[in-house]
Amino acid sequence: MLTDQNWVLSVGVFLPLAGVLVMMFIPKSDELLVKFVGLLAALATLGIGIYTLAEFDYGQAEKLQFAVNTSWIDVIHSRYIVGLDGLSLPLYILSMVITVLVMIYSWNHVPSPGNPKAFYMLMLVLQVGMAGTFVAQDLVLFFVFFEIVLLPMYFMIGVWGGENRQYASLKFFLYTMFGSAFMLVAFLALFFKTGGTTFSMTQLADLVQQKYAEGGLTSTTMNLIFAGMALGFAVKVPMFPFHTWLPDAHTQAPTQGSVILAAILLKLGTYGFVRIALPILPQAAKVFAPWIGLLSVIGIIYGAWCCLAQTDMKRLIAFSSVAHMGFVMLGISTLTSYGINAAMFGMVAHGLITGMLFFVAGSVKDRYHTLEIKRLSGMLKQVPKLGWIMGFAAMASLGLPGLAGFWGEFPAILSAFEPAKGNVDLAIGPLSVNLYRTFMIIASIGTVFAAGYLLWLYQRTAFGTPTAEFAGLGADADDQDDHAHGAHDAHEGAEDTGHADGHHEKLHDVGIFEWIAWAPMLAAIVFFGVYPQAMFKVFDPAVSLISKKFGG
Amino acid sequence: MHLLLSPMQQTDKLISPSVNWGSLTPLLVLLGAGLVLLVGAALSARGWAKGLYATLTAAAAVAAGVLQFVLWNSTVHHGPKSLVGEALVVDGPSLFIGISICAALLLAALVTDDYLRREDIDSPEVYGLYLMAALGGLVMAASNDLIVLFLGLEVLSIALYVLAASHRKRIESQEAGLKYFILGGFSSAFFLYGVALVYGATGTTRLRGPESIKTALALTVETDKHRALLVVGVALLLVGLAFKVAAVPFHSWTPDVYQGAPTPVTGFMASAAKAAAFGALLRSVVLSMPELRDDWRPAIWVLAILTLVIGSTLAVVQTNVKRMLAYSSISHAGFILVGIEAAAHGGESGDRGIASVLFYVLTYAVLVSGTFAVSTLVGRSGDGAHGLDSYRGLGRQRPVLALALAVFLLAQAGVPLTSGFVAKFSVITAAADASSYAIAIIAMLAAVIGAFLYLRIIVSMFLEDGDAEGERVSIPFGTGAAIGISVAFTLVVGFFPGWLLELARDAATRLY
Repeated sequence: MLTDQNWVLSVGVFLPLAGVLVMMFIPKSDELLVKFVGLLAALATLGIGIYTLAEFDYGQAEKLQFAVNTSWIDVIHSRYIVGLDGLSLPLYILSMVITVLVMIYSWNHVPSPGNPKAFYMLMLVLQVGMAGTFVAQDLVLFFVFFEIVLLPMYFMIGVWGGENRQYASLKFFLYTMFGSAFMLVAFLALFFKTGGTTFSMTQLADLVQQKYAEGGLTSTTMNLIFAGMALGFAVKVPMFPFHTWLPDAHTQAPTQGSVILAAILLKLGTYGFVRIALPILPQAAKVFAPWIGLLSVIGIIYGAWCCLAQTDMKRLIAFSSVAHMGFVMLGISTLTSYGINAAMFGMVAHGLITGMLFFVAGSVKDRYHTLEIKRLSGMLKQVPKLGWIMGFAAMASLGLPGLAGFWGEFPAILSAFEPAKGNVDLAIGPLSVNLYRTFMIIASIGTVFAAGYLLWLYQRTAFGTPTAEFAGLGADADDQDDHAHGAHDAHEGAEDTGHADGHHEKLHDVGIFEWIAWAPMLAAIVFFGVYPQAMFKVFDPAVSLISKKFGG
Repeated sequence: MHLLLSPMQQTDKLISPSVNWGSLTPLLVLLGAGLVLLVGAALSARGWAKGLYATLTAAAAVAAGVLQFVLWNSTVHHGPKSLVGEALVVDGPSLFIGISICAALLLAALVTDDYLRREDIDSPEVYGLYLMAALGGLVMAASNDLIVLFLGLEVLSIALYVLAASHRKRIESQEAGLKYFILGGFSSAFFLYGVALVYGATGTTRLRGPESIKTALALTVETDKHRALLVVGVALLLVGLAFKVAAVPFHSWTPDVYQGAPTPVTGFMASAAKAAAFGALLRSVVLSMPELRDDWRPAIWVLAILTLVIGSTLAVVQTNVKRMLAYSSISHAGFILVGIEAAAHGGESGDRGIASVLFYVLTYAVLVSGTFAVSTLVGRSGDGAHGLDSYRGLGRQRPVLALALAVFLLAQAGVPLTSGFVAKFSVITAAADASSYAIAIIAMLAAVIGAFLYLRIIVSMFLEDGDAEGERVSIPFGTGAAIGISVAFTLVVGFFPGWLLELARDAATRLY
């Protein structure tokens, strides 16, 4: 039975704002209270999220639940339409979980130049934008949330980032805005060309088919509108030629920013394809699918090669995102239920795994004050727990069966074996099987590269003996002492992040806040690796609804 | 009042038109306040108490604004009407733009008070000129006759020339005034020549209503003979008004004048003068010559695209913040021209276009007033610290001020939940509705280029290390109030745009 609790989503989306409001009145110097209120707001939001999980009717996961459809800005025909179906639910919850975990991690890892008040407030605003994007069912509302996300991330990179932060944050902002420019015009064109009365996604999807059947909407128009949307989403994903902002943003962003960026923000793009571009304009999607597939496999190979060439750990992980999102987009481009399911799973899995890798990278940077791969060595000796966690995340990332990464990557490749067969009713032809099988072969070569760069990274940083400059600083030097002062050291580590290279305090292993922040992600990677059905069954009904249009 | 008679009505005996004094009150209030200021201050030997000039000006602005609201109410109930023998009209667009001008005047008065005292050049003339300029702007926006429009234009322009030069201690200010005067004189001449040619072709200078240019064009029999004359005339009108709104290629005065003029005056120019000029453009060409739209709409299209692209591109390479804002105001003019282009299509999408222009004009007037208010403060005494360096570290030194400027800049960049986003959105919507997709996409790309500029200033304030050069920025009460009002308006409209959009739409459909 569908629940009629229509307050759930609005509260879930906007609750963090209440936290922001409260925090405004707390003096900046009272850092503990600021962090506490921020975390509390995020936890309360997650509480609503868990309630949503419990109340969600999994039997009708293809339907929009908790739906609200009320007037918003009547003059421009935009309505406040929110709803949650199987497509959005996992991503919606993931955004809440990640925000809480990142806040816990930030408890003693507020990056230089400090100011936890602003940092926590930005994370809460970011959470509003992310959650809002996943539940919006009105194109204008979607666009607003999609854009809100930009600003907090811009400031997060720009203020708390690395040395090159200004360049990176500007590039991030302008690239995404460039994409959204086309996206907005495409949305408006869609509205006016179909003669819609609202910007409701479902209404517009119906109208497009109606108009197309009547001949009021030519395929050229539909293709152009699709191209505009696709450009906006592709920049965010990011797909191959539009990816150049990503390595810079990731490298310069603070750990927390990188984690959120990788875990959630990139998914806004792929989610946009699945939620908006494909269902509303299926005919055009079929036309563009081979091109999207082509760019995806280029991204897979190119991303992997770039990874092999990187000397910076964080940059390497960033490029691995390009490759992984290539798999996700390849799955989407097959337009089959199998492929899109894999893509959706891949989004969540990539969010957990790459988020985890960025966490590890951040902690490495905290300890060693460098992420240069050649200066790092023998982590397993010096900080064994951190080393093992990194190994675990790397294995998950390269798609080891039994861990979550596998279920995003492997089915995505497999789905290219048999792309969408087409749908006569909607005048959609089949996709070229030969072309997609070629994609499949190239993509599977990509997995070999993925294993290559990740294992090589792991081998260079975790194995071997510590380099001279860090020798003797390890946690192995006197284990007992470390246990006694674990919490104290962790605190010190946060304050010392600004220190110049050359002066090293003792290395300490994974601290308590790191454990709290990471444990749920590690557990989820294993859980969804062993029992992927838990998530597939949520996606599948909604995905089938979309893939049906393409005959799959 | 017989000067206001249109030539068509001239007979042997002058017939005075009936004057609806009630509907003229907003103009009279501004005129009266201006005269009181100038005469009163001249008569009192020692000058008035501190802040009294500004208080009077602000009060007049508020009163004129409120009176226009009252008129709006009666327009809603009794429909739009014309005054003084059809020379002026009271209708939706005229009142909406009039209120925008009054808002700009209020903000300018608040900022100028502190500025003049800081620069130690406090005097009543500046306020008198502000009031006259606003009066001229109101006349422009409400005129239904090209001659009256020209009168308004001149009252506005001459006041602005003097205002631009009003900082007697700064040579740049004098230069700006002179430059503005010479180029402005040219543009007025173009406009006047255009009026003459249009009169020659149509036999009237009245814009709408009976025996007007609009009806003459609709009949076409007579005007077809003089078509060339008419088209050249319209082109000249466009040149004159494009100069006032600072559209490319008639923009070259803008950076220099904006940079040289006293900063509060720059804010007033960018808000009130632009609003008035767009009101005049709507009235004189878009609304009065729809039959001729195939001839002039391409010109607007080209103007809009040039203005968008060149304005935002050149803004990026500037290092002086006032110059940056000058180019950014050019690019905003381009955005409004996109709305004008949509309005030119007529019909329902045309109404949408007019509404988007009105909405943009009001929100931009408030935004830009707020922006220049902050810039006035950062300029510090001497009004010279306008380099990007002067903003460095402002976020640490004056967090609230920096935050306010960030709000203005982000709104100008078109970030959601600010008035700027809604304004851009409504303009782009109007363009999409009119199927002007090319122009819509170019506008959005120009916004992206423009965003770089705004972010540069924000980067300077928050992200760059080091302290701002020179003395600590002080925030006096009046300017602080102006900034506060502008921020509140920007955010309220950003979060709840519905009511204002509706108001703009109602105004657009209540045409005389």
